[in-house]
Amino acid sequence: MNESTQAFREHPEFASLKIVEAITMTISQEENFMRKIENEEKIEPKDWMPEGYRKNLIRQMSQHAHSEVIGMQPEGNWITRAPSLRRKAVLLSKVQDEAGHGLYLYSATETLGISRAELIEALQTGEAKYASIFNYPTLTWGDVGAIGWLVDGAAICNQVSLQRTSYGPYSRGMIRICKEESFHQRQGYEALLALAKGSPEQKQMAQDSLDRFYWPALMMFGPHDSESAHSAKSMEWKIKRETNDDLRQKFIDQTVPQIEVLGLEHPDKEIKWNEERGHYDSGEIDWEEFYNVINGNGHCNRQRVEHHIDAHEEGTWVRDAITAYNVKKNAKKAQNAA
Amino acid sequence: MNTEKLELFEVFIRSKRGLDHKHVGSLHAEDHEQALEYARDCYTRRSEGVSIWVAKSNDICSSQEDDAESFYDPSDDKPYRHATYYVLPDPVNNM
Amino acid sequence: MSDAIKQATLEYATRLGDDSVVLGHRISEWVSYGPFLEEDIAYGNVALDYIGRARMYYTYAAELADDGRTEDDFAYMRSDRDYRNLLLMEMPRGDFAYSQVRQLFADVYATVMLPELLKSKDETLAAIAAKAIKETKYHLRRSRDWVLRLGDGTEESHKRTQKAVDQLWGYTHELFDMDETEQLLADNGIGVDVSKLRDAWHAMVSSILTEATITVPEDSWAVRGGRTGYHTENLGHMLTEMQIVHRSHPGCQW
Repeated sequence: MNESTQAFREHPEFASLKIVEAITMTISQEENFMRKIENEEKIEPKDWMPEGYRKNLIRQMSQHAHSEVIGMQPEGNWITRAPSLRRKAVLLSKVQDEAGHGLYLYSATETLGISRAELIEALQTGEAKYASIFNYPTLTWGDVGAIGWLVDGAAICNQVSLQRTSYGPYSRGMIRICKEESFHQRQGYEALLALAKGSPEQKQMAQDSLDRFYWPALMMFGPHDSESAHSAKSMEWKIKRETNDDLRQKFIDQTVPQIEVLGLEHPDKEIKWNEERGHYDSGEIDWEEFYNVINGNGHCNRQRVEHHIDAHEEGTWVRDAITAYNVKKNAKKAQNAA
Repeated sequence: MNTEKLELFEVFIRSKRGLDHKHVGSLHAEDHEQALEYARDCYTRRSEGVSIWVAKSNDICSSQEDDAESFYDPSDDKPYRHATYYVLPDPVNNM
Repeated sequence: MSDAIKQATLEYATRLGDDSVVLGHRISEWVSYGPFLEEDIAYGNVALDYIGRARMYYTYAAELADDGRTEDDFAYMRSDRDYRNLLLMEMPRGDFAYSQVRQLFADVYATVMLPELLKSKDETLAAIAAKAIKETKYHLRRSRDWVLRLGDGTEESHKRTQKAVDQLWGYTHELFDMDETEQLLADNGIGVDVSKLRDAWHAMVSSILTEATITVPEDSWAVRGGRTGYHTENLGHMLTEMQIVHRSHPGCQW
């Protein structure tokens, strides 16, 4: 440390300023990486990172991106039937946001040196996963409300936690998404509230949607920590910041009073406040159903992927036209310049 | 067939007059004009911006982590470039 | 406002609202079907602009009707025979070229029509026009660019674009028809005399199509009837879908 650095350090105004020790050349890249993780410094695109970290990130981030994009379908299914112009505009902008969030996440994933085309191919071949909640069908208008409230609500629990993830572009994407997402949950709850306070048929519609979407929403947090294949390493690398079970508990706790305000029946008959834990105890999730849907055999798995493939293939001639037009345009420009 | 032939653009947004443009993400587009339009639709759905820059990702030259020491450490030992380095008497210290 | 003028203005606002909701609905059918993600997001914005316009026009119509009806009563409780939108707007979504060609025709129409509506003595209509003009400027930029790309892109995209132009051309003539209602409003400085706008529309559309290497069709056929409720078969299906939930629960709040 030279003299002026010493003076700088001792300067009272800078007492709180952390001066990073010069990294000696002997420290390995791996140690350097872990040092950043431990110090809560973000990892940025050009930084060295272990191959496992990169792969783990690509898996989680692309899964997240695909979820946003596939998630457009079940709600998009109701845009043309939204029961009021206001609801139509809200739903349209909400589904459009999902596309936007997909874009932010693909954009962040591309910083890891993989193209969106490769990511989409993995989605279409089934190699990459997306949130299995979107493999449930939306059968009534009530489902639009339930998805906004419960599915986006569960997603927000996860995303709020991910704002602190160790990878810079992912963290910034999450911050941006969280800012936009709270409108999604609120509009869903408001839509369901209108039903719950409406006619007996509307109330029945709300209850039915709650019953069908509550358990799948809990499954969104993934398997129990003890069963989760990727959890431990993701926590160590601070890609994930809270465990599946902790986040799920948070969601269960926050949902109980929300169901009460709606005046609907809680779908979990075993839900009970546990004074000692300071949390609600709840019934067990049907894990067989969970793995069944994850493994591609849910109600809409095939339909969702086929929809995506069809739209993508139908878009081929449009994308080809853009390329051809661009080639012609550039040739003309070159000609004019010559 | 894929979207591969579209180019990757980085998007920078000035959120308010008087502030700097800030990097917000990227998108795929045919050319600069389309990239600007898509940036408007994809990144300013809630009036987040008053001005947009787009640049082809390939055109951006960035420093490498390996350069970090040679790039940034030298300024660590120039505390005299910071205002608070200079101790002045209290009555004039808000200078 | 005299009673006749008031009735005519109510009818006029309803017509413009119908145009907006029907086209907005058609565009919204593209959500999750776009050729790539950026376009999906961008086209959604156009749909939102049109739904927004519909709400403004209907809200004004409801205010003039003053009979307890709301914007949603106008959108959801009128049948296809009561709808007064231009036929062009109700034509099906079609492929991407078809949608963009229709969009170009509609955007150029809005481009020549809205500045006239902006001069309306009716403050509400003028205010809606002021907002819509800004939106349309952007819409036209998009649809124009798309028609250029598709028309002058590949052989397939060119073929699809030319086909869409040929198929839709005959539905554009009624865009410039006047009837008693609109004539009365035009004479009183409230509505737009669209019969005077055809030349400007034709010139702008022709120049874009020509640049896109697309042949501008001859005016050999025309289908009319939107403003009198004599629709194509497409509208009934569209409204059936759009109105099903609302009408299944009469009098309910959403």
